[in-house]
Amino acid sequence: MSLAQVADYVPTELAVGRGGGGPAPTRIVVAYGFWIFLLSDIIMFSGMFAAYAVLSGNTAGGPSGRELFDLRNVFIETACLLFSSYTCGLGALSAERQRPDSFYLFAALTFVLGGAFLGIEISEFAGMVGRGAGPSRSAFLSAFFTLVGTHGAHVTTGLLWLAYMVAQVLVKGLRPHVLRRLLCFSLFWHALDIVWIGVMTLVYLMGAR
Amino acid sequence: MLGKLSWAAIPFNEPLPLLSAAVVGIVALAVLAIITKKGWWPYLWNEWLTSVDHKRIGVMYFLLGLVMLLRGFSDAIMMRSQQAVAVGDAQGYLPPDHYNQIFSAHGTIMIFFVAMPFVVGLMNFVVPLQLGVRDVAFPVLNSVSFWLTASGALLINASLVIGNFARTGWMGYPPLSELGFSPDVGVDYYLWSLQISGVGTLLAGINMVTTILKLRAPGMTYFRMPVFCWTALAANMLIISAFPVLTATFAMLLLDRYLGMHFFTNEAGGNQMMYVNLFWAWGHPEVYILILPAFGVFSEVIATFSGKALFGYRSMVLATLAICVLSFMVWLHHFFTMGAGANVNAFFGIMSMIIAVPTGVKVFNWLFTLFHGSVRFTASVLWSIGFIVTFVIGGMTGVLLAIPPVDFVLHNSAFLVAHFHNVIIGGVVFGAMAGYNYWFPKAFGFTLDERLGKASFWCWLIGFYLAFTPLYVLGLMGMTRRLQHISDTSWQPLLLVAELGAVVIMLGILFQIAQLYVSIRTRDSRRDLTGDPWNGRTLEWATTSPPPAYNFAVMPEVEAIDAFWEMKRTGTAGIPPTYEAIEMPRNSPTGFVTAFFAVMIGFALIWQIWWMAEVGVLGAAVTALVFGWSENREFEIPADEVARRERAQLA
Repeated sequence: MSLAQVADYVPTELAVGRGGGGPAPTRIVVAYGFWIFLLSDIIMFSGMFAAYAVLSGNTAGGPSGRELFDLRNVFIETACLLFSSYTCGLGALSAERQRPDSFYLFAALTFVLGGAFLGIEISEFAGMVGRGAGPSRSAFLSAFFTLVGTHGAHVTTGLLWLAYMVAQVLVKGLRPHVLRRLLCFSLFWHALDIVWIGVMTLVYLMGAR
Repeated sequence: MLGKLSWAAIPFNEPLPLLSAAVVGIVALAVLAIITKKGWWPYLWNEWLTSVDHKRIGVMYFLLGLVMLLRGFSDAIMMRSQQAVAVGDAQGYLPPDHYNQIFSAHGTIMIFFVAMPFVVGLMNFVVPLQLGVRDVAFPVLNSVSFWLTASGALLINASLVIGNFARTGWMGYPPLSELGFSPDVGVDYYLWSLQISGVGTLLAGINMVTTILKLRAPGMTYFRMPVFCWTALAANMLIISAFPVLTATFAMLLLDRYLGMHFFTNEAGGNQMMYVNLFWAWGHPEVYILILPAFGVFSEVIATFSGKALFGYRSMVLATLAICVLSFMVWLHHFFTMGAGANVNAFFGIMSMIIAVPTGVKVFNWLFTLFHGSVRFTASVLWSIGFIVTFVIGGMTGVLLAIPPVDFVLHNSAFLVAHFHNVIIGGVVFGAMAGYNYWFPKAFGFTLDERLGKASFWCWLIGFYLAFTPLYVLGLMGMTRRLQHISDTSWQPLLLVAELGAVVIMLGILFQIAQLYVSIRTRDSRRDLTGDPWNGRTLEWATTSPPPAYNFAVMPEVEAIDAFWEMKRTGTAGIPPTYEAIEMPRNSPTGFVTAFFAVMIGFALIWQIWWMAEVGVLGAAVTALVFGWSENREFEIPADEVARRERAQLA
């Protein structure tokens, strides 16, 4: 992927990519770059959170959060997503230990839990649209659907990516470059939890009061 | 089948855009014909279009900026001419609708497709060389970033002949930019071209920060990095923290326009001032994204041509980082007139003035570096000294505008226009030109003609003052920005002076073109055979001009701040090393192909040709999947091959 392999030129104990130790090895460079991408993604969400905070009271005579949100659903969604992160972590550990079978198992569990989250979210959205509370009803609902929907779109991307990574492991095995990509995927999946905690608090808990 | 697109989209009744587009089209066709006739396609494809070499990508960024400068400048001189003649009873030659598109396109192009490619290009070319490494962290991503920026530029140019451009100004404020008031494709061109190029810029920022923080030559601790690398680090951290906000904001406006949402509409609880706040939460950091790398260029140029180490290296670094942080705390000064209240305005006014402090530290550092130096007055140095004088004036008018009561009078006046042109031309453009003259021999192996370079500088400097000093005065006299027609005839003399200034700047641009042409024609007599034409201090001068694809045959060991100067001083420069095999990234068409589909998606969404958008998304997804599956993205140059190439260079 990168030129970090030039790290081979300096003694390994120095090659940490810090201070004067010379370039970091590829695995660190890739994970670090992806981590910075995630930070930028979270900043994009922060723009949407800000918009939601500004517009959440502007219901324009339409329904408010209190009338629309069902905290029982939100609890199940949250449980699904957080548990999927746990299984994702176990999957990452299995991959690091070169145990493909348990990796497949945990990947499947992650996929099912993520899919359940998405299913609940879609049915919530469909129910709201069916009641005439779609995204064009009011500024509040525009901000709601955009913020929560963008998170949902990220989850969808994550599920597709997970399936793609399972395919790579099936075909190529748990080789270093596949492991690096898996590392990025699990960073991505955990970052979605962080965003969801914000969504759950700001949108649902504070909105259902 | 073709959405909103029909023959009505071609402005047959407006000769100006049609004529200019015809000229551009003929030139483009002629270039393509020459390339085909000479059989240059394989070279172009293999060595440039699919290249992942940071130096080539940097050059392409800069070239994009130069080409778009011509477009942006044509808009500028058209506006100046209109204001100079459309006074009193005269109506000028540009109808209001066309004039509105021109000032919107001028601002958008100059910021996103001239200034940004200039600074991103310089950073791309210089930073890995200064860090003593072989490429950026993610070479293919680098190519994708460039090509996405080029895609945005292509779309914005397409708006010249197919449809029209926004009339909203370069900020695209709602409610004017909402569907109800801008129902045609103009605002969509604006939004989609900036969304696409914005993604490219964000990816470039991630790449550069990772490179600087994780890939440095052995021994290069943070406080041994050249100041240009520090300013690049700060600018790219700003890119990462500011551009996603712009993406989110534009996404909201797009949702308003395409799906009938109500973020910024007049109805159903939308809030227009939220757009303005979010836009400037990106927009103010953006001006520092542009100016910080320029500060870095001046630091390098002034130190090198003074024959001295930069004065106050650590204070320069601290000032850079202070500006980086403060730039997020001043956004509201772009709209004091919003009515946020006296306390809020006072806070943002004071914060804006505080930014002048680290900037002042920098100015004094440059002056003290020049002081008692043996200064060589090359073109780069002239640009730098011109910058110091001009930028200080621009900074002071900025402090004036930071006083809320003054701003209430001068908001959206020609005074403001003069202020930001003062800092952007005097800072960013002068910086880009200083860097262009300074690093050109490194990129191409021969120096630029000094005489023509200096002629260009003087035209730009004098032209700038002629063009914008009158605008300061006119602003104080009450002239607002973006006037298609001037009713007060007493303003005309000053507007004619401003017009003259624009013509002098045009001479400066012509001299630049002449400089490039003459330098290429006489390149054999101006070759840089040492790799160090200016007696430089930093690592980019330690390798040949132009550098080999791998930059350094052997990674340099860094022992001091001015690493190469230290090597020359201690006599360790130029010792023949033992060569080892080098691993290099392979060329990849991923960037070019991604750009192809990005243009397709953008164009389809602008014209609402849904099937084409689906094809584009599918193509982009397949491209991502193919690249995501690939391996062996590197190849190895064996040690004896490296040795052979190096000896051939030295011979």
